[in-house]
Amino acid sequence: MPTFVYASKCDGCGKCVDICPSDIMHLTHSIFIGRKAYNIEPSYCWECYSCVKECPQHAIDIRGYADFAPLDHKLTVLRDKEKNEIHWKIKYRDDSKNQFTFQIRTTKWGSIKSPQSYDQPKPQEIHSQQLSHEPEYLKTERGLPTLSQVKK
Amino acid sequence: MAGCGAAYEARYWGRSLNVVIVEKAHIERSGAVAMGLSAINCYMGMRWNENTPEDFVRYTRNDLMGLVREDLEFDIARHVDSTVHLFEEWGLPIIYDDKTGHYKREGRWQILIHGESYKPIVAEAATKASSKVYNRIMITHLLTDATNPNRIAGATGFHVRDGTFYIFRAKAVIVSSGGGTHIFRPRSVGEGAGRTWYAPWSTGSAYALIIGVGAEMTQMENKLVVTRFKDGYGPVGAWFLALKAVATNAYGEEYEMKYLEDQRALYGNYVDSKPFPTCLRNDAMLREIKAGRHPIYIHTERVLDTREKEELGHEDFLDMTMSQTIVWASQNIDPKKRPSELQTSEPYIMGSHATCSGAWASGPQDVSPKEYFWGYNRMTTIEGLFGAGDTIGGSAHKFSSGSFTEGRLAGKAAVAYVMDHSDLPKVSEEKVSDLRQEIFRPLENFSVGRNLIVKGTVSPSYLYADQFVVRLEKLMDEYVGGWGPMYTTNEILLQRGLELMTMLREDLAHIAAEDLHQLQRAWELHHRVMTAEAVLRHTIFRKETRWPGYCYRADFPKLDDENWHVFVNSKYDRSTGNWQLFTRPCIRIIS
Repeated sequence: MPTFVYASKCDGCGKCVDICPSDIMHLTHSIFIGRKAYNIEPSYCWECYSCVKECPQHAIDIRGYADFAPLDHKLTVLRDKEKNEIHWKIKYRDDSKNQFTFQIRTTKWGSIKSPQSYDQPKPQEIHSQQLSHEPEYLKTERGLPTLSQVKK
Repeated sequence: MAGCGAAYEARYWGRSLNVVIVEKAHIERSGAVAMGLSAINCYMGMRWNENTPEDFVRYTRNDLMGLVREDLEFDIARHVDSTVHLFEEWGLPIIYDDKTGHYKREGRWQILIHGESYKPIVAEAATKASSKVYNRIMITHLLTDATNPNRIAGATGFHVRDGTFYIFRAKAVIVSSGGGTHIFRPRSVGEGAGRTWYAPWSTGSAYALIIGVGAEMTQMENKLVVTRFKDGYGPVGAWFLALKAVATNAYGEEYEMKYLEDQRALYGNYVDSKPFPTCLRNDAMLREIKAGRHPIYIHTERVLDTREKEELGHEDFLDMTMSQTIVWASQNIDPKKRPSELQTSEPYIMGSHATCSGAWASGPQDVSPKEYFWGYNRMTTIEGLFGAGDTIGGSAHKFSSGSFTEGRLAGKAAVAYVMDHSDLPKVSEEKVSDLRQEIFRPLENFSVGRNLIVKGTVSPSYLYADQFVVRLEKLMDEYVGGWGPMYTTNEILLQRGLELMTMLREDLAHIAAEDLHQLQRAWELHHRVMTAEAVLRHTIFRKETRWPGYCYRADFPKLDDENWHVFVNSKYDRSTGNWQLFTRPCIRIIS
């Protein structure tokens, strides 16, 4: 549908609502099942799995698009931000299976050095062609290429 | 990506400035890279002498059939390596080649990454760099100075959760929103309509926002059609380039170079470009399909001989297009055993891929000829209004790393602009009050119109955004060369399309929204329509077939370098609603 939410698992925390790039995960209130999330507009779902990866209850799953995906398949995911790995499990319609694990990051979350924590650049450098950390980060002794090195 | 680069660089150079990011969704998973990427498609490798910026300019020029802004391409290429090295330091896993010790190449310009968390990593840097990130704000319009309409003054929009009306006053604005999907009718239907190749939340805002304040646009007729795995739109790069899979017609024949002489007769010596231009590869495939020799297959089963290769092939999808994995799982397609079908997508409007629609922008001072330089790098023709990524025209093949790099270029230039122009532009209170009414009018249209009918979605007084979008898609598909007529159009079709487009734009005054979510969709639709009209008018103006495989002018079937080796540019006048179309020279600066 593409995403759908298992009523028994969702606790209505709203993390999927916060993260969905398409603004299609919303909350519903029911006197029978309480506050739960659901997909309000399946035809604008990209199957990007952002909500699936984010859900602490593992309550969200994807059923392939109705216009071309036969039933009885499954693609499930577990994203581990401690180990920095993502695990995928694929179940085919004929019940064959496959699984893959990939690295997602080489550093700790939150560890990026902000641009303002570097030494302040000299005022006149604002008019140079160098960007922050250049030429150092180009990692070439030739420095930043300019057109004077090229035949006009 | 582009916006994150802009924020990072603006903060580096402008330590005391108020740098804010305004975001339609949530910065951690927004934009086209929300679900991840399996490769970085723009990396020179200058430190290993792999490529030079000049090589990149020649490549993009050939791929775009001669028409790129070489100054902008050169500028991206000379800086992009430092961006990628920064990504690696931040924690983006880049795969190395054991033999060479260099990054592992997918193709000449592409490197392989484990990119599931590409966007969250980059967003972390941008969030730290900015004074504040405003998530879930739909920017609907840009604001210009009350006394100088050619100077930017900020932006306005609303919060999609609580409906708060926002006015952002700014000395400089960098637009880095998305290109356009759901402008042409998608191949997917019904529930599956969200499976466009480019993200459905890319709603043409990159173009509509700046067209609305009169910025000059270029190459809006340069629509992009991509060849991808059928239905799931799984990427083909890793398969063709790294795994060396081949494509054949239904009968096993490799067709790609089969039409070379026919293509040469129509499109000239561009057929000799190495690599073979993207649009000509599409063209060869479309010729096979017209001849009834489809489906076109990609032969995955011939190349997956090791577990390592199988992992590479699967990760390609799992990092960036899980839907393709679902196609395989649901249809019992084991890529080791049987080939997959390929198909061409509907056209998209973008500035960052094998296409370059967008703003006509100033280039860098040391590279640009005088015709292409007016004070600040990546500034549009509106003072203080900058762009990056899909927003900037003429610089194709930026992809994620180049878009971030272009954001950095715009970010630094915007700081320089702000330092040179310290007075705060004035915003007209009357104008803001009018915009406020206009922005929320769809809610009013609904609350008034609903009383006329019993229930349901059919009303004589209004249409919802999801009803308008199919009207737009149908019009663009049938008259402006969508996949339905095999990307083919002509003057009579285009003029009729324009007539219908004019009525559609008039009807937008009657768009209805029941809630804030629908109000977001209503403004996305406004942006799509503005983008579509620019595409339509540019397509009318260019009287040749410049990019076969993306769009055919059946009445002008040849590429015509004598008359059309120029950029088609346009300007929209918001006070009269008139469009002005004209050409600008395409200047060669790299031999």
